[in-house]
Amino acid sequence: MSVLTAPHVATLNAEADLDIAAGNKSLLRFLTCGSVDDGKSTLIGRMLYDSKLIYDDQLASLERDSRRFGTTDDNMDFALLVDGLEAEREQGITIDVAYRFFSTPKRSFIVADTPGHEQYTRNMATGASNSDLAVILIDARKGVLPQTRRHSYIASLLGIRHVAVAINKIDLVDYDEAKYEAIKADYLAFAKALGFESIVVLPLSARYGENLTVRSPNTPWYLGPTLLEHLETVDVESRAAEGPFRLPVQWVNRPNLDFRGYSGTVASGRIHPGDRVVVAQSGKESTVARIVTADGDLSVAVAGEAITLVLADEIDIARGDVIAPASARPEVADQFEAHVLWMDEEALLPGRAYLMKIGARYVTARVTDLKHKIDVNSLEHLAGKTIGLNEIGLCNLSVATPVAFDAYGDVRDTGAFILIDRYTNATVGAGMITHGLRRATNIHRQDLTVGREERAKLNGHAPVALWFTGLSGSGKSTIANALERKLIDRGIHSFLLDGDNVRHGLNKDLGFTDADRVENVRRVGEVAHLFVESGLITLCSFISPFRAERRMVRELFAQGEFIEVFVDTPIEDCIQRDPKGLYARALKGEIKNFTGLDSPYEPPEAAEITVSTVELSPDEAAEQVIAELVKRGVL
Amino acid sequence: MSEPARLPLTPHLKRLEAESIEIMREVAAAFDNPVMLYSIGKDSGVMLHLAAKAFYPSPLPFPLMHVDTLWKFKDMITHRDTIAEKYGARLIVHTNQDGVKRGINPVASGSSLHTQVMKTEALKQALDLPGFDAAFGGARRDEEKSRAKERVFSFRSAGHVWDPRNQRPELWRLYNTRIGQGETIRVFPLSNWTELDIWEYTRAEAIPIVPLYLAAPRPVVERDGMLIMRDDDRLPLLPGEVEQTRTVRFRSLGCYPLSAAVESEAATLDDIIDEMKVSRSSERQGRLIDSDESASMEKKKKEGYF
Repeated sequence: MSVLTAPHVATLNAEADLDIAAGNKSLLRFLTCGSVDDGKSTLIGRMLYDSKLIYDDQLASLERDSRRFGTTDDNMDFALLVDGLEAEREQGITIDVAYRFFSTPKRSFIVADTPGHEQYTRNMATGASNSDLAVILIDARKGVLPQTRRHSYIASLLGIRHVAVAINKIDLVDYDEAKYEAIKADYLAFAKALGFESIVVLPLSARYGENLTVRSPNTPWYLGPTLLEHLETVDVESRAAEGPFRLPVQWVNRPNLDFRGYSGTVASGRIHPGDRVVVAQSGKESTVARIVTADGDLSVAVAGEAITLVLADEIDIARGDVIAPASARPEVADQFEAHVLWMDEEALLPGRAYLMKIGARYVTARVTDLKHKIDVNSLEHLAGKTIGLNEIGLCNLSVATPVAFDAYGDVRDTGAFILIDRYTNATVGAGMITHGLRRATNIHRQDLTVGREERAKLNGHAPVALWFTGLSGSGKSTIANALERKLIDRGIHSFLLDGDNVRHGLNKDLGFTDADRVENVRRVGEVAHLFVESGLITLCSFISPFRAERRMVRELFAQGEFIEVFVDTPIEDCIQRDPKGLYARALKGEIKNFTGLDSPYEPPEAAEITVSTVELSPDEAAEQVIAELVKRGVL
Repeated sequence: MSEPARLPLTPHLKRLEAESIEIMREVAAAFDNPVMLYSIGKDSGVMLHLAAKAFYPSPLPFPLMHVDTLWKFKDMITHRDTIAEKYGARLIVHTNQDGVKRGINPVASGSSLHTQVMKTEALKQALDLPGFDAAFGGARRDEEKSRAKERVFSFRSAGHVWDPRNQRPELWRLYNTRIGQGETIRVFPLSNWTELDIWEYTRAEAIPIVPLYLAAPRPVVERDGMLIMRDDDRLPLLPGEVEQTRTVRFRSLGCYPLSAAVESEAATLDDIIDEMKVSRSSERQGRLIDSDESASMEKKKKEGYF
């Protein structure tokens, strides 16, 4: 970490001037972050205004809006230039990421304006993911706040290497140098652990434009650059071009039988025709024959360019594969460790299946182990079972099929992923891979001599899992028991896994929180799968309240091998029956997280069998299931 | 596309180009039935050109769609048909026939109703009929305040509803392309381009534009401080108005009674770019639908306007 001083900036200036002369005006993407009312939008609005980037008609509308919504009495409220959405203009706050564009003779800028209040931290991560530098605002009257620490940490986690700390509203503390120095010392002490490459701390008044684009006469003690000078000159040159070559294949370009190309954007490194390459996932090798673009073939392509590669050999490559040099391959594994930032109201549950997008590939993923959460204020490690909205955890993840990846610190584009909810398709998490887990590469499946078909033949019936789901007291276990009696009487090999019984042994370490319920079902699913492999008709009686976990279990099985039986009993009937007296206790508040009362039950949307216990006796219900098994050719 | 000489792209334009191409390839690979909304304007021109480059040497893997309100400038329609042919694109033209039957037009019905029926509703019809699941639009974030907050991949629930408070976070360039039944995505590959970038790229790549962008003597009337071109005789003169010939051009093109001209001598692309660099007004100033009320663009977007 180096704290930039004025002479350093002057040198950078000279270099930048040379670049401009050569017609290479560079681009800086930065984000602004800070707490509510620190003045981020004012800062950006003021910067646009001072750079003469506000058109007359926009200015007229600003004057009009300042009178209607303004929070600065008679003066123009610059925040209104950037606070776009109606709701936030009325409340005087920013609620979403907004992108602004401006340029000076030296540089073009894309600014991500991100919100300060706690519940919208996900937006800040969004802005940070595509930025080179963060401007962090601190209210001079308040000093370093928890959100300041949070935003700095997120910036560092997302790989931002440069920070400009704007101690804003310096006018409101009478341009007091001691105040500035105290906050600066405070911040630098905290940020030491974050590993930024450069930090510059400025005293600023966004409202009056002091030290923003023009030096302020009120802070003669400050010798560093104005914010704009710093932004124009700070060296943030991307290192992506120096890394190992990576091309995540987005689209197979196949206009006719004579042309087959692999289109994508170079994530890192450079490539030339004649280079030896490999498909990371399959290990198949070939040589680059051509680098095709609409402007003609290239002799070299570097990170950031959108190209189409043609290879010398016909090898099988699909969307989602990663092309890399044979000599510097990415890791390929189905388990790795990553930081996960959670962005959804519904917490991340270890064991639950999510959809991961990494590069151009979608793959099912689950967190197998939440190692710890990170307290973003103290950077301390905390124990936890779930990751809530705006929380960050270090996790082990496992994916359904091996993927190619790099550590996020090495190659951003192949080390980052997002997590998607499989039902709502919402983007719920963002992750940055730290490293692969060796155990994934070392454990191989043992080929077994006797297969399931042989076992089925010996038994005289196909194996299936019958998964009974329903509220507590709905009659799952009663029906499952009646059914097993009938199966055994018919000479069928079966086994009954019961929720309560399993919790006495295999799962006695689990409670009834959402996270534990997910793990409970996951383990039972795996056990049921083993029993089915062994040839048994396996009856499973579990409340299993969440669709996501029932689907996860379903996916362990082959098509037709998993039969979901929804025991559909209205909660009023369950409460009335209350065979174990549990509802009575739950209603008195003696049992927490009780399904159907204070913990949700998500009924199946397309169960293979639905039995209504209001109309049928347990015996009749069991007969209904047997009839269905006969119909499906199981019996 | 062997056409007029092209200039080498600056690193800045190359970077924008690569980003847009990546976005377009992602859509072609991840969606079943994408479509590109082609409005004939300068942004659409750049978008179409980028698409041709993105999939080269393959042909465009999706059709173009133009929502015709029947009040576009004549020059625009001519340009549209020429361009579709030049790029070898399949062109779908849709008009809201129900609106035609109801006699909706910008002169008698007013800008607001005309836009609602002939553009927003027409667009929904056009997307719903063939079940398009992703639609490219040429909007840029620098155009307008509510657009500055739009995602590149902008999720619309069934019925094309945009909920600005409930947008998917968009990190890195990892676009979430997953949607459910009836849901769609609007994709904005030009999100990070500015108006100046569009013109500089148009010049560098020699992309054809509608002549109306360039200054020429044209018949106009002055109305509410705006210069409206009389493209045909469907625009009656109000009492006291006289048609006059002035040297004007357009910064933004739409339905001709709703698009104001600016007085300008900029008759070439070089002139336009020079003029832009010293301009003191934004391009949307000439759009009559925006000034109805503050935040009116956000309102229109929630209803499904592009």
